[in-house]
Amino acid sequence: MSTRLASGGRLLNKGKAVEFTFNGKRLQGYEGDTLASALLANDQMMVGRSFKYHRPRGIVASGAEEPNALFNMGEGSKFEPNQRATTTELFHGLTCASQNHWPSLEFDVGVVNNYAARFLPAGFYYKTFMAPRAAWKHVFEPIVRQSAGLGKAPKDRDADRYEHFYAFFDVVVVGGGIAGLIAAKAAGASGAKVLLMEQTAHWGGRTPVDGGEIDGVAVEDFIASLVNELKAMGNVTMRNRMMGAGVYDHGYVLGYERVADHTPNAVGPRHRMWRIRASQIVTATGAIERPLSFAGNDVPGVMLAAAVRDYVMDYGVSIGDRTVVVTNNDDAYRTAIALKNSGLEVPVILDARASGGGALADEARALGIRVENGKGIAKVKGGKRVTGVAICAQAGEGSTLEEIKCDAVAMSGGWSPVVHLWSHCGGKLIWDDAQAHFRPDASCAPTNQNGEGFVVPAGTANGPLGLNAVLADAVKAGESAAKAAGFTPKSVAAPQGVASDEAAMEPVWLMPQGAGPKLRMKAWLDYQNDVKVSDVRLAAQEGYESVEHTKRYTTLGMATDQGKLSNINGLATLAGQLNAPIPAVGTTTFRPPYHPVSFGAIAGEARAETFQPVRDTPISGWHSENNAFFEPVGHWRRPYCFPRNGESHAEAVKREINQTRNSLGMLDASTLGKLVVSGPDAGKFLDMLYTNMMSTLKVGKCRYGLMCSENGFLIDDGVVARIDEETFLCHTTTGGAERIHGWMEEWLQTEWWDWKVYVANVTEQYAQVAVVGPNARKVLEKLGGMDVSKEALAFMEWKDGKLGDFDARAYRISFSGELSYEIAVPASQGRAFWDALLEAGAEFDVMPYGTEALHVMRAEKGFIMIGDETDGTVIPQDLNMQWAISKKKEDYLGKRAQERSFMASADRWKLVGLETLDGAVIPDGAYIPAAGENANGQRNVQGRITSTYYSPTMDRGIAMALVHRGPDRMGEVLDIPTLDGTVLKAKIVDQVFYDKDGEKQNV
Amino acid sequence: MRRYSAFAIAREAARFHTGWERAWRSPEPKKKYDVIIVGAGGHGLATAFYLGKNFGITNVAIIEKGWLGGGNTGRNTTIIRSNYLQDPSAALYEKARSLYETMSQDLNYNVMFSPRGVIMLAQTEHEVRGYQRTAHANALQGVPTEFIGPERVKELVPIINLNGPRYPVLGGLWQARGGTGRHDAVAWGYARACSDMGMDIIQKCEVTGVRQEAGKVTGVDTTKGPIDCDKLGLVVAGNSGDLANMAGFRLPMESVALQALVSEPIKPCMDVVVMANTVHGYMSQSDKGEMVIGGGTDGFNNYTQRGSFHHVEETVRALVETFPMVSRLKMLRQWGGIVDVTGDRSPVIGKTPLGNCFINAGWGTGGFKAIPGGGWATAELIAKGEPGPLSAEFGMERFIEGRFIDESVAAGVAH
Amino acid sequence: MLILECPYCGVKGEETEFHAGGEAHLKRFGPGSEDADFETYLFMRENPKGVHLERWRHANGCGKWFHAARCTMTLEVFGSYSAQTFEPPKEIKDKISAKRPGWSWRNFS
Repeated sequence: MSTRLASGGRLLNKGKAVEFTFNGKRLQGYEGDTLASALLANDQMMVGRSFKYHRPRGIVASGAEEPNALFNMGEGSKFEPNQRATTTELFHGLTCASQNHWPSLEFDVGVVNNYAARFLPAGFYYKTFMAPRAAWKHVFEPIVRQSAGLGKAPKDRDADRYEHFYAFFDVVVVGGGIAGLIAAKAAGASGAKVLLMEQTAHWGGRTPVDGGEIDGVAVEDFIASLVNELKAMGNVTMRNRMMGAGVYDHGYVLGYERVADHTPNAVGPRHRMWRIRASQIVTATGAIERPLSFAGNDVPGVMLAAAVRDYVMDYGVSIGDRTVVVTNNDDAYRTAIALKNSGLEVPVILDARASGGGALADEARALGIRVENGKGIAKVKGGKRVTGVAICAQAGEGSTLEEIKCDAVAMSGGWSPVVHLWSHCGGKLIWDDAQAHFRPDASCAPTNQNGEGFVVPAGTANGPLGLNAVLADAVKAGESAAKAAGFTPKSVAAPQGVASDEAAMEPVWLMPQGAGPKLRMKAWLDYQNDVKVSDVRLAAQEGYESVEHTKRYTTLGMATDQGKLSNINGLATLAGQLNAPIPAVGTTTFRPPYHPVSFGAIAGEARAETFQPVRDTPISGWHSENNAFFEPVGHWRRPYCFPRNGESHAEAVKREINQTRNSLGMLDASTLGKLVVSGPDAGKFLDMLYTNMMSTLKVGKCRYGLMCSENGFLIDDGVVARIDEETFLCHTTTGGAERIHGWMEEWLQTEWWDWKVYVANVTEQYAQVAVVGPNARKVLEKLGGMDVSKEALAFMEWKDGKLGDFDARAYRISFSGELSYEIAVPASQGRAFWDALLEAGAEFDVMPYGTEALHVMRAEKGFIMIGDETDGTVIPQDLNMQWAISKKKEDYLGKRAQERSFMASADRWKLVGLETLDGAVIPDGAYIPAAGENANGQRNVQGRITSTYYSPTMDRGIAMALVHRGPDRMGEVLDIPTLDGTVLKAKIVDQVFYDKDGEKQNV
Repeated sequence: MRRYSAFAIAREAARFHTGWERAWRSPEPKKKYDVIIVGAGGHGLATAFYLGKNFGITNVAIIEKGWLGGGNTGRNTTIIRSNYLQDPSAALYEKARSLYETMSQDLNYNVMFSPRGVIMLAQTEHEVRGYQRTAHANALQGVPTEFIGPERVKELVPIINLNGPRYPVLGGLWQARGGTGRHDAVAWGYARACSDMGMDIIQKCEVTGVRQEAGKVTGVDTTKGPIDCDKLGLVVAGNSGDLANMAGFRLPMESVALQALVSEPIKPCMDVVVMANTVHGYMSQSDKGEMVIGGGTDGFNNYTQRGSFHHVEETVRALVETFPMVSRLKMLRQWGGIVDVTGDRSPVIGKTPLGNCFINAGWGTGGFKAIPGGGWATAELIAKGEPGPLSAEFGMERFIEGRFIDESVAAGVAH
Repeated sequence: MLILECPYCGVKGEETEFHAGGEAHLKRFGPGSEDADFETYLFMRENPKGVHLERWRHANGCGKWFHAARCTMTLEVFGSYSAQTFEPPKEIKDKISAKRPGWSWRNFS
């Protein structure tokens, strides 16, 4: 059994017990424990079930690479699935539960898959579940979905807060192990601004686990003083609990800081996402040990050798009383020695190498440990826990030579550098035959905006595994990063450790080498996804020869550890089956993040009210206070209507329209775009921008204009006022202000850059109020000031002056068909002006109206609306707006496009009005079919509705539509099918329903 | 070809699966083929398959620079739907969707088409009108869709937040027979069927030149030597510009990176596909349990298949807003795919300036869902030398005539 | 995420500060031009795997349009320059030639 030892545990504070709950059991650990070490201390070796066969799964690793120990953690609004026990620091009150089993971890009915495993090889689902056709969706898929997945789905809104942090550094060092610390010091010594981050809570990485000395002092002391040195450097920032999640183009690095995962009740953000720009990035990310592929290597109790050592040394936890060590390299001997020194038994070290190990092997033997060279494990015994191993010759086919009882197996298949961050942005890898791993190819580094390498691997992440080589490499990496960042490194001698004489490792991709199909079916590559040696071989046999094919066919490396343990073993297995060298098979692509990061941290503070910026007008406060129902229009919020006393929206809209038409209405039109176009060539410029002639507009006058894209389609409209000889004010749609401003700048800066024109977007400088209705003039006259009589300010004129105490610009324009003034005042005066109008208008029972009333009134009047009558496929000619297209101009944007055959054709859908015979309202978006079907069996169509409303003024449904040759077909009655199966009949009429002669607006 | 079935699996299990044959052959190229398809992605393989199945043309090579299905076919968010607005698009995508329905049986390869339904959320009045318009258009196009209210949206997607303070859900366009499929399996299934018809799939073979005589194509140069053909189909997505350059013409297209990501797997919590265009995010849950999430495209030309963080940020924000529970999930992996985008963001299936050379390209973000339809239409085009009704409107001449197929008009910008 | 330098205000900014505007140095064809020329102007694009001359606007900065020479395969930026020119300045062309020998763009190199 696994248990807490009486001594050891350098990371623990044994003075402080911590209580936690696992699967409802109350357990105890110490401050400094990870959840994994605390569970192991409580003999909880089995922690979950695998994805496909639901086999028992134990903890195999001690770090981020752990594929099995994933838990549902927390409760309610702090619940989170798939939390790794190995990266979770224990805290008081932690609750967690194992995943992917029913009804319980110990007894899981899903394990039937395990007994049927022989019938469920890689890709079996591609070959079956095909009949009957509906069965996949209704029978098989639900079963597959239920048995797949891992943790439960959270149900509640997240109670925690997240934030982003923007940072800029010359050198970012990822990894706070010995290499990272030394690289940071070497870089920092040059004066470069350095950030050093470490994903765990501790500095120094794994080096202290193995003890020894550097520069004549104990490793732990050496690291402590190094950390203090770095802390004292003003130009070095250090953060632990922060992972280098991804490296992106041009030196962009993502740092994922788990601020409060270990103190869930602390005030402040839970995670902080650092968005960093770095000139150079040093990846001191270490290496990950590989499992060995032997039968039963997934039984709980089989663990990576280094992890076994970590648990003993760091947490004082023994994995078992009798641990068999199996290896192809010398490092695993350290585990055997550590176990022995802790008073635990190591019945045998099985070294797959015929020639065995070096000095460490001698040391082990000297401690009395039996060492067997050229031997391996034929099979692990046990189900939910290791009970023993069968020993065989590595060179053979797995005949049992001897069985040994044990309760744990420590395995080591060699080490793979963590090259993820190097590779994220295109760094290439080379195969190192001696170490049997891929390491960064320094000649193919990822390149930045200058085409130069910007990632420097350091220490074991760069390939070297021996302590002295790591130390030297780290100094070099720190210095070269500083140099590349433009600093002059101070040459520092690399610290020196005690050299150990290690024998070369030998690659072992299958144990024993000649294992037959039965053993291969039990030799796991990917523990979580249940991919075995036999599966990869099958994929290759069936022609899925590319590493990408194999990965996708078998799901190798696609689990939550993204292949950290399985990729190289899988690749080697594939290469073996294809008889190809491993580098020729290649690797799959490494994608960010290195280790999963929370969506909460990615989204940051942008949620709910602050999800996106809100744009408010100077008058928005009044709207909120007066029960406005808002609709989003871009980032603006505009009142849709102002319901009173429980009115429905439709009733409110009707009331607003009636009151406006009969007496007085007011609209907050501040969101309308307002662009000042000024300069000697302003008229000439606007002649190119608008289809109309604007240069002939007289000062003091207004003109409605249309704008098209260079592709001919309508993009915006609005009223242009000529302010003086050289200055125009162009109104755009609410959504168009920034877009059209950009559009104008584009032409001025990139095509007609010699034209003397200046454009300014003054949209937010003014509040603008439309004062509309038969009493509009009276209310303005009541305010006093400028003469707003018909004679002094005629339709389509504008004037500056005073209205009451307000500096105002009044435009005599109308989008409703009523007598109407749009009045602009300085934004700071907007609310006061609005209030003054309300007060003055009280005697006319003035009613503010919203966007829906605006839309209905413009439709009653037959005015088009950009976005309704236009949709990006409509040209002005379709809307019968030839009157707005100057015939005198040689050119305007869109003119050439409109000469193309399809656009110039008379055979197009054109705008008309529609009146239903029975007064009903045509549904939004309805189409008008024509007889017959097209070649694809679709009903032929001859038009569609662009706007349709109930008109309170007409008391009937009115609509505008684009109809094939519509204006030539006045009076024709069309059938319009609705989605509920009824057919409406509507007559083609003029699109102007209200006041055709303009008598109302022109008074 | 030995058929796949539960019985076949049982038979093979008895002999440790040693009897499974290759899913497709791996031949060396012949000197000449009737038709060469460049690109063994979904569209290329489907084109070859329907050349054989519908027209009996089986002397076909499919040439692939990398590995079959290794481009966008294996990198997308696997959404299948046909609720398009414009007639030509609706016809093409509905043809594709209907072929997906029977693809597993047609290919004897389970592509796991899962008609779980697709909702496109309406979150502004403008979007409501846009989707109501699409629903009306779909009714006349023979594409069953409906516009549903917020309550029905909530029924279908219990994890959704209808009442976000900024963009409350006002309804949605629902296509019950839309869904998802297993993207790799589509390529593999077609490849197996093509190989079985005697077609040669030649992987790791890059086309380096297009040979022509008197304005007509005669073959291609490849890294495995020259190969002759009577007709050539270019079906290479993001590499179309390169191939066109070799063939001596330009295309109305640009290549940009499209971003996607997946979460860690969790137990089933969302049965349908949800697309939210106002806030720019879409999400479905794979059979494996991962939340599969699509993001936006870069505005600039890009051939690196790398992800970018600010896109992910924007997309995840939208999803946290729409589905608050995802805040406590974790991103497992993000990536980019290179998509070729045309001037009207609709694909090109048509003739090229070079005789007997045809092209299928420009799918932008909508390629996967169209695979069988695109293949069907392209096969017809190549076999007959003229476009059939499905592809009639998709020729490049539309850019000269100004006859565009613009889907972005219906709020549904993302595919 | 790219870093670009605006040649007008001299600011080095994040990609999100800029708006991409597509291929640079297009020649505008107006009324009366040939169909093919107009189509080329509006739609036909170089879309190279390699050096791309392109337009950007410093949209969330000084608002100016400028041009940049950038590699679409590596995202290396060779330089940014005025939008008010018909081809890149010599020093940028030289820089590109040094790194991408044999490079050409439509009618210059």
